[in-house]
Amino acid sequence: MRARWPWVLLLVALLALGPQFLKSYQVYLLSLAAVYALAALGLNLLTGYAGQISLGHAGFLAIGGYSAALLQVKLAWPLWASLPAAGLLTALLGLVLVIPALRLSEIYLAIATLGFGVAVEQLLPQWAWTGGHQGFSIPRPELFGLALNSDLAFYYLILAVGLALVWIAANAVRAPLGRAFVAIRDNELAAQALGISLARTKSYAFLLSAFYTGIAGALYANLVGYLNVSTFNLGLSILLLSMIAVGGLASIPGSLLGAAFLGLLPQVLSGFSAWVPQFIYGAALLLVVIFMPYGIWGFLLQTVGRGRGLMRSARRLFPGPRAESGSTGGDDHA
Amino acid sequence: MEILPQLIVSGLAAGSLYALMALGMILIFKTTDVVNFAHGDMAMISSFVALTLMRGYHQPYWLAVLAAIAMGFVLGALADLILRPARNAPILTLLIATLGISLMLSALGGHFFGYQTVSFPYALVGKPFVIAGVILTRHNALALGVAAALGLGLFALLKYTSVGTAMRAMAQNRLAAQLMGVNVRRVSTLSWGLGAALGAVAGVLIAPVVFLDLNTMITVLIKAFAAAVLGGFTSLLGAVVGGLLLGVLENLVGGYLSTQLQTTFVFLLIIVMLAIRPRGLLGAPVAGRRA
Repeated sequence: MRARWPWVLLLVALLALGPQFLKSYQVYLLSLAAVYALAALGLNLLTGYAGQISLGHAGFLAIGGYSAALLQVKLAWPLWASLPAAGLLTALLGLVLVIPALRLSEIYLAIATLGFGVAVEQLLPQWAWTGGHQGFSIPRPELFGLALNSDLAFYYLILAVGLALVWIAANAVRAPLGRAFVAIRDNELAAQALGISLARTKSYAFLLSAFYTGIAGALYANLVGYLNVSTFNLGLSILLLSMIAVGGLASIPGSLLGAAFLGLLPQVLSGFSAWVPQFIYGAALLLVVIFMPYGIWGFLLQTVGRGRGLMRSARRLFPGPRAESGSTGGDDHA
Repeated sequence: MEILPQLIVSGLAAGSLYALMALGMILIFKTTDVVNFAHGDMAMISSFVALTLMRGYHQPYWLAVLAAIAMGFVLGALADLILRPARNAPILTLLIATLGISLMLSALGGHFFGYQTVSFPYALVGKPFVIAGVILTRHNALALGVAAALGLGLFALLKYTSVGTAMRAMAQNRLAAQLMGVNVRRVSTLSWGLGAALGAVAGVLIAPVVFLDLNTMITVLIKAFAAAVLGGFTSLLGAVVGGLLLGVLENLVGGYLSTQLQTTFVFLLIIVMLAIRPRGLLGAPVAGRRA
């Protein structure tokens, strides 16, 4: 555990100092990737750790984004209040999904959460405050009198919030709560036999996941400065799911890597003609998941960390949904 | 004028096409454990192939549809070959892999067939049938007929042929099927091909109604997916029931409640039904599967 600290510090230093040498637009893209990473982390807590699949996380992003924006623009709340408020509001609404999640699992839960995403997308424009289908714009906020107008200043806000949340998540997954997530994912019956309450653990998983995604949505609203409900469609939910599958399920570095990879890839490919980027994007998605079934992070652990004990935890954390049904498990592939 | 019977009949016609699409997805899922998110794009490419043959090369309708079915089969079989190295990966990983295939097909579709929305010819035109005041267009009648015929055909294939028996054996236990001499690779490729071919048939029958572009089939896919899950996702009969039910529900909600919030209400109803029957209407019971 201690041996990791130098690497984490190096990464943080790089993230803090690197953007000084980047162009404003590049900093903006990096900020966007960081927002995606936060949302992917939220989804991974729910899907990777607690085993509850969600095809409706774009709905949480939308709720976080809209509530932060409305609190700022309509009620003139300052950023330091609207940001956590948006996260808490999203978390509370996330509890709506606990009701189906207590009855449904796997593909059935996927449809229920997909329905949630669709409902948010259809209901939000019905409300006059949200500007309907036209959407509305949000000015960049200030924090304690400090204007966050430049992309670089806002990047540092996202970085600070992001690092704090990553640190909390990294601790949470090792705390009893995180262990309970993994326990209900691996075997609900056995977890209950150990005294873990399914209802309470699933509620916490949805609360935590929705909170993270809501914060990401709030940051997104201020970063992009414009909200339109059509952004938060099923495609975005699927993109988030792709990010954690590509990066690595049940892995915090995996969430961040996957978001960075899939979030920045379109920018790298933007030089090609119309159909090529999408084709390469699809091919990259396909190749990564075929040849690294446990994600990029799982692959790195496999190649770099062999014999250092990391592999064992990767094996335990990456069996995926199928290990549960006890059929042809993923162990032979790990 | 009685609106209710009319809404139900049109709903059944639309639902039969969702059912056809769902049948293909379930066939693939049962034998290979892959939830195929590329199903819509496979249907899209197949439909565009049919359209190009008709418009560009002036081939008759039946030939174009046959070509679409063949195209569907080839795309499905290719997907199976591509996914073969990842056979043991987690279900979610496989789902994301089919998403990659979906994006690639969509890109290719845009390159070869363009990004505009085009109209697609009906199989049958002419005076609609009127039965007891309810209008049934010839196209809708055909859709219902084709869906029923293909559904029954698939049932017969699975029940009475050796290939079908092999598919059912694979669905139960791949390893055991292999040990009993089933060529699991060939059967898996065949299931993929057949599943995607069913999707192609659904595609050419839906395209006249919703028009054809790169994305219309994705909307259809989501509905077919929802229908399949509603039916239980492992049951072929469930897919038919789920598809028809979804088509009717959609029409009833649109007719009586709200068109703006149609999808929201439909999903709400699906979630309520799933809450009552957590494994779908005709899915396997919960207790049996848990280890």
